[in-house]
Amino acid sequence: MFSGFMVNAWLIGSIVAVVAGVLGFFVVMRGSAFAAHAIPNGAFAGAAGANLIGVNPLVGLGVFSLAAALGIAKLSRRGRADAVTALALVMMLALGAAFLSQSTEYEPAIFSLLFGEILGVSTSQLWPVIALGAVCVIAVAVLYRPLLLTSIAPDIAAARGLRPERLEVIFLIILACATTMTVPVVGALLIFTLMIGPPAAARCFSDRALVAMGLSVLIALTTIWAALACSFTTNWPVGFYVGAYSAAWFVIGRLYVVWRRAYGRSRRRRSAVSKDVALIAP
Amino acid sequence: MHYLFEPGFFSSAPVGIAFVIGAVSAIVSAIVGVFTVMRGQSFAGHALTDVATTGGSGAFFFNLSPLVGFLGAGVLGAGAMESVGVDRLRGRDVATGIVLGFATGLAALFLYLDTTKSASTGVSQQILFGSIFTLDPSTIPLVVVMSVITLGVLALIYRPLLLSSISPDLAAARGISVRVIGILFMLALAVSVGLSSIAVGSLLSTALLIGPAATALRVTRNLHSALIVASVMGVVVTWVGIILAYDSFYWFTSSQGLPVSFFIVALIFLAYLLSGLPGVRRRTASPTAAAPAHSLERAAG
Repeated sequence: MFSGFMVNAWLIGSIVAVVAGVLGFFVVMRGSAFAAHAIPNGAFAGAAGANLIGVNPLVGLGVFSLAAALGIAKLSRRGRADAVTALALVMMLALGAAFLSQSTEYEPAIFSLLFGEILGVSTSQLWPVIALGAVCVIAVAVLYRPLLLTSIAPDIAAARGLRPERLEVIFLIILACATTMTVPVVGALLIFTLMIGPPAAARCFSDRALVAMGLSVLIALTTIWAALACSFTTNWPVGFYVGAYSAAWFVIGRLYVVWRRAYGRSRRRRSAVSKDVALIAP
Repeated sequence: MHYLFEPGFFSSAPVGIAFVIGAVSAIVSAIVGVFTVMRGQSFAGHALTDVATTGGSGAFFFNLSPLVGFLGAGVLGAGAMESVGVDRLRGRDVATGIVLGFATGLAALFLYLDTTKSASTGVSQQILFGSIFTLDPSTIPLVVVMSVITLGVLALIYRPLLLSSISPDLAAARGISVRVIGILFMLALAVSVGLSSIAVGSLLSTALLIGPAATALRVTRNLHSALIVASVMGVVVTWVGIILAYDSFYWFTSSQGLPVSFFIVALIFLAYLLSGLPGVRRRTASPTAAAPAHSLERAAG
């Protein structure tokens, strides 16, 4: 289990989990779950297009995920964000369908872009992932406070001279960057699941931003490790275990919240708003 | 005439079926979609197509009727999203994401098990897009009947639904159970999305649900005209898309046509972009004021 091709799987899984845990915390805080689903899922069309014209799929993925991020941010200013995200997603998927209709013998490649081929990662694929992953985490670290403030209290952020719309664009670009690096190795569906389940569970366990983010990374790591181990033993797809364990963590988190509300005397009850404000001051 | 309708267009049975089933799906999706967009549940509307498709592949594995799989999974998924019971928008977003993540994980498992059971190709394309030309003709009557029932449920809860979509507080003050109405609407959404996923595929299901509705809400002043504009637009883009796709077989020398879904989605996207142009949009201050004051008065009065 810890030799041969599995070494790369453990490595890449851990890197992806760290990036997803950190970024996912803000996805959940900002309510960008739909964008986090739409960008990786639609970006696959770029890979199909790149395949058609004979370019490196990474280029296609990058171009499409960036275009998706910018398009969603631009159109959201003058329309409903969720409807715009849905339209951007279906437009990219439709382009993907058009590209695929013009090329042949792409079935296994689409399957791996959707569900990933984490068990077949080569060592040469490691470096771009490490580099782009580092860029994403550093970007989040640099923008930590403004991102947090615009997530929780856009009004206060605007009063302090921050521009929530601009930060939204930057955040979506970081998401697009993470997408480009992760989709070829773990698939569009797995990265989305890792960006929602673990951070949402982590938020149930702690009100403090940094603690919640750390927990989010830890939960994402345990999820992917357990999923890899189970997948190795049973031969079932990794994506299934990641989806199941993420959902299980979320259920545990919600149960903990219910339990704490019922029996926890040490903490004062907090309203939803004050819980968010508490996150500003870690 | 010849240039618009290529030879054999009117005598082709699949084309005729696609015309009928496409129109039915477009109308039901447009009407449910107007409420979906107004209530800010586009993400749930899209996620339910993926959940329903997962049910479809599950039904294939367990040898059940696909319709049972699509509708059953949709209703279960909608129930799971609602049972997290989060009132805040952000929480609803997360609940939808968790259900979607779990469902896609299951889809991966079913695909894996299905391929070990029978060597089926094209499954992941089926998951992503579906197709308008592959519906089994024997299921058409059932799909149409279920669609009519869904619209009937919406008509029954029309007023409370409208009021609780526009102003939950006002609705609650008038004695409407916003929660019950919300659950009923989610069930109607799940059934309509399940039906359209099986009829026209998951890609077109989301496109026809959100596109015409979002466009109509931008250009109309009250809910009635939004419902009509969305339905008409849905049917028109579907039919024009089918005609273009049929014609496109003759555009390329390779005789590889472009898919129907591409044309329909492109038309919808174009219409949405055009509706945002100055002069086309109705003049209101904020796009979030989805419900025109006019229909608010009507609903309240």
